[in-house]
Amino acid sequence: MKERVAIVGIGVTGFFSVSPSLSFKELTYTAAVKAYEDAGLHPKDIDSFITASEDFMEGYSIFDEYVPDQMGAVMRPVQTVTADFLQALGIGWMMINTGRFRIIAVESHSKASNVKTLDEVKAFALDPVYIRPLKENSDFLAGLEMNRFLTETGNTEEQCAHVVVKNKANALKNPHAAHAAKLTVDDVLSSNPISHPLKELDAAKAADGAVMVVLASEKEAKALCKKPIWICGISWFSGQGNPWSRTFAYADYAQLAAQKAYKMAGISNPIKDLDFAEISDEYSYKELQHLESIGVARKGEAGFLTQSGATLADGIFPVNISGGLIGVGNTFEAAAGIMVYDAVMQLRHEAGMRQIPNACRGLVQSWRGVPTATGAVAILSNE
Amino acid sequence: MIINNVPMKGLTSEEYEKAIKISWKPQLQYAWDNGIGIGKYLASLKEGMILAAYCQKCGRIMLPARAFCEMCWRPTDRYVTVKDTGVVNTYAICHINWDASRLKPDEPRHIPAVIEIDGASQGQGILHILGNVEPSNVKIGMKVKAVWKPAAERTGSITDIRFFEPY
Amino acid sequence: MGYRKVAIVGAGITKFVRRAQETGPEMAYLASKMALDQAGLKLKDVEMITLGSAPDAFDGVHMKGEYLLSGAGGNNKPYIRNFVGGGTGVFAPIHGWIHVASGACDVCLVVCSEKMSSCHPHPQGAFLTIFDHTTEQPLKPTLIWIFALEMRRYMETYGLSKADVARVAVKNKNNALDHPSAQVAEAVTLEDVLNSEVLAEPVNRLDISPASDGAAAVVLASEDVAKRLTDKPVWIDGVGWNLDTSYWATKDLYYPRYVEKAARMAYEMAGITEPHKQIQVAEPYDPFDYKELHHMEGLLLCERGEAARLTAEGYTARSGNLPTCPSGGALGVGNPIAATGLMKVIEIFLQLREEAGKRQIPGKPRVGVAQAWGDLMQVGTVIVLRR
Repeated sequence: MKERVAIVGIGVTGFFSVSPSLSFKELTYTAAVKAYEDAGLHPKDIDSFITASEDFMEGYSIFDEYVPDQMGAVMRPVQTVTADFLQALGIGWMMINTGRFRIIAVESHSKASNVKTLDEVKAFALDPVYIRPLKENSDFLAGLEMNRFLTETGNTEEQCAHVVVKNKANALKNPHAAHAAKLTVDDVLSSNPISHPLKELDAAKAADGAVMVVLASEKEAKALCKKPIWICGISWFSGQGNPWSRTFAYADYAQLAAQKAYKMAGISNPIKDLDFAEISDEYSYKELQHLESIGVARKGEAGFLTQSGATLADGIFPVNISGGLIGVGNTFEAAAGIMVYDAVMQLRHEAGMRQIPNACRGLVQSWRGVPTATGAVAILSNE
Repeated sequence: MIINNVPMKGLTSEEYEKAIKISWKPQLQYAWDNGIGIGKYLASLKEGMILAAYCQKCGRIMLPARAFCEMCWRPTDRYVTVKDTGVVNTYAICHINWDASRLKPDEPRHIPAVIEIDGASQGQGILHILGNVEPSNVKIGMKVKAVWKPAAERTGSITDIRFFEPY
Repeated sequence: MGYRKVAIVGAGITKFVRRAQETGPEMAYLASKMALDQAGLKLKDVEMITLGSAPDAFDGVHMKGEYLLSGAGGNNKPYIRNFVGGGTGVFAPIHGWIHVASGACDVCLVVCSEKMSSCHPHPQGAFLTIFDHTTEQPLKPTLIWIFALEMRRYMETYGLSKADVARVAVKNKNNALDHPSAQVAEAVTLEDVLNSEVLAEPVNRLDISPASDGAAAVVLASEDVAKRLTDKPVWIDGVGWNLDTSYWATKDLYYPRYVEKAARMAYEMAGITEPHKQIQVAEPYDPFDYKELHHMEGLLLCERGEAARLTAEGYTARSGNLPTCPSGGALGVGNPIAATGLMKVIEIFLQLREEAGKRQIPGKPRVGVAQAWGDLMQVGTVIVLRR
C-alpha cells in the first residue's frame, strides 16, 4: 500500500428510458467492448471482474449467475457486490493494492425499464417490521428528509428547483442523457407533489444503460495508456442504518466518506483543490445536502451557491456537468458509474461540448438511494 | 477457546404458531427485453425450429442463440437452425413441486433433462422436460425428439416445445 | 510474494435452527458480538466491515445488505455486502482478506447472516427465479432438478451407486453430533439415508442439507495487530474464486471445473503444489452428499472419480488421512447458505488452533482448506488457512 491505481479504460452505452433492442447481456457487452477497446485490452488480460447489482432490480434470485459471459469473464475470478458503483470501484482499488491483481474490470448496468413494479421493488427495501406495514411509497422518506433538511438549514424549495433546472439543462449537452430538458424554476415548483415538499420534478427518473471501468496498477497504467486518470482517494461509509434515527440536516455517510477521501488525496479545501464535482442528485435537495455534507458549502449555503450560479458548468465550482441523475437518469447501482465516466472525460479533456477548461482534479459522490444511508466519495485526478 | 455454547434458539412449531408474524406478498413484475440473440431464438421456436449461433473463430455452434461469443469475445457470425432431436446428457425424476410440496401419487412425475441438441457443437445442451416415456425407461444417451405445440398455439417460448420424447 | 499477511483472530457462530426467533440483523449481531469478544476487541476497533448473505428473496427484503447493516455493526463504518450465490460464505472472508491485505484497514469484521425461514411457503421458492427468465423459467424448474441432474451425471460417469454417495451423509450427520450449532445432527445409518423419501431421483431427503437460519462471523487482522491480539493467529495463505458460464447446460456437469480453477488460484498463492499431501483438513461444501465428493475432486484432494472410494475406506473420517467436513458440514450442522460457508472456515480455524473440542482431529494439523460452491453450477470459492 498505497500503490497508485488508475482508470485506464471506460465504456458506456447511452442512457435511455427504455432499451428494448438489447437484452441486459447485450447492453453490458456493448459497454464492456468499449471499455476494453478504450484500454487496449482483451478480457483475458483482466485479472478479476466486479459487478455491482441488486437481485430485485434484475428480477433474479441470484443475479451473480448471469454476469460472466457479457464481460468476457467465463471461468475467471468474478464477484458481485450488492453495492453502489463507487463501492465496487473501491473494492477494485483495494484488490490492486493487495499486490495480487494488476488489472480489474468493474461493471454495472440498469434495466430499470424491465421492472414493471419499480415502486413496489423500492418499497420492498423498507424495514419489513417497522416501516413497510405503513404502506407508503418509499419516496415518503425523501419527503421527510427534505422537509427536515430545508427547515433546519434554511435552504428553500426554490433553491432545490434551481438544482433541477441546472442539471436538466446541463444534460442537454450530454449525448448520453435520457432526461435532458429546458425548464424553469416555476415548472419545477408547480410540478405534481409527491411527498411534501418533494415534487415530481425534484426526483430523478429511471433509465437503462451500462457502464464498465478498467482499473490498473500504476506500472500497468503507465504502460497501457497516455491519459490514465488516477484514483487519489476513495472511501465509502454507511451512516445510521435505521431511517428513524437519522440526522436529516446532513448526510453522515457523505461527510465521513469525504473526510477520508480528502485525507487520502491531500485535499484541505475542496472548492480550491477540486475543479468540479459530480454529486448524487437522486432528489434535488440531495445535491444541496451532499454539497454541505462534503464541505463544499457551509450549512445552509448550498442553496445560495446554486442560486448564484456558482455550480453551473461555467461557475466557480461546477456541479453535475453531466446532468446528474436528474438529467442523465437514475440507473441505480450504475448511477455513479455514469458520473465517473463524465469525470474521466473531463479529466482527459475529451468531454466535448461539456468540457470545462483546465480540469485537473474532480470529485464523484454517490448515494444508494432510499431507504439507505450508504454512499461513497472518489477523488479523480489526471496527474 | 473452545466454543461450547452458541446463542439462538429455534422456535418449535407450537411457538412459531403463537408468534406474532408480519407477512408481505410483494407484487414484483418484470418484462425482460429479449434483445437480439434470445429474440431470434424465441421467434424461431415460434416457427417450430431451434436456433443456434455460429462463431467462425472457435467454430462453435452455440445454444441458445446469442449475439456474441463469450469465449472469443466477438459478435457471432450467423444464426443456424439445428435439429429438433438430441441425446439425453442427464435427467432426473422429480416428485416435488417448485415450493417443495409433494406431487400426488397419481400425478405424472416431472422428468427434467439436459438434452444435447443434434447439429449444435458437442455438449451444447438445453434444459427441457421429457414426456411420453416411463420414468424407469429413461437412460442417459437416449435419443429424443421435440414434440411441438401446433403452430397456431406457439407463442415464441421455450414451452412451444411441449416436451422431448424418445424416438 | 510479499503480500501483507492477514490472520483470523476471532470467530463467532450462532446455533443453526429451522426457524429463528431473532431477525436477520439480530442474528448478525449475535455472531459479530461473539467474534469480537473472542478476539478481545470492541466494535470501535473495527475499521471496515464486509457482509455476506445469499438471496434477498429469503428475507423478503430488497437491498438486504442495508437491512442487515445495523446488526453487523455497520453504522458509521465502511460497510459492503458481497454476494456470489452459495459461494458467498467462503467468499466473505476472501473479501475481508482484500480489505486487510490492501492496507485499507488493519481490522475487518466479516459477517455472514442468513434467515431462510422468512420465505413462504418454503425457502425453496426463492430458487424458482435463479433459472433463466426466458429460456428456462417457463418450464417451472425447481432447485432440486439441477442437483438431481448433476448427481446423476456424476454417478453415471464413474459408475457409482447411491450407497457410495450416501456414506458422505452418514459421516457428516454423525460428525455434527459434536457441533454445538448443529440443527440436524443425527446418528443416521446408510440404510436411513437410502430409505429416506425420494424427492427427485436420484436425490433422497437425507442426501440434502436442511434450510436453516444461522449466522457466523470472523475478525480479520493485519500481521502486527494479529500478533498483539493472539498467540494463535491463523493465517489466510491463499484465496481463489471463479465463475463459470451462465449457460450451465452447455458444460459437462460431472466435474466442477470452476472449483478446480478457484483451488489452483488459492494453492498457487499459498505455495501448495501437492494439495493431497500438504493439506491436513478440508471443509468442502456439502449441501448435497455427492457435492462433497465432487468438490474433493475439484479441490484436487484426490483423483477424479476416487472420492467415493476414499470415503468408504474412512480416508475422510476424523481419524482418517484427510479429515473432511469434521464439523458435520452443511448436511449435519445445517445450511444457512452464507453462514454455512463461514462456519466451514471457522471449523478450519478452530482445527488449526486445536480448539475444536470433541471434533478435534489428531496430528496437529497445520494447513486446511475450506470451499463453497454457488450459482447455477458456476461458482467456486476457496480459502487456504495455515497455523
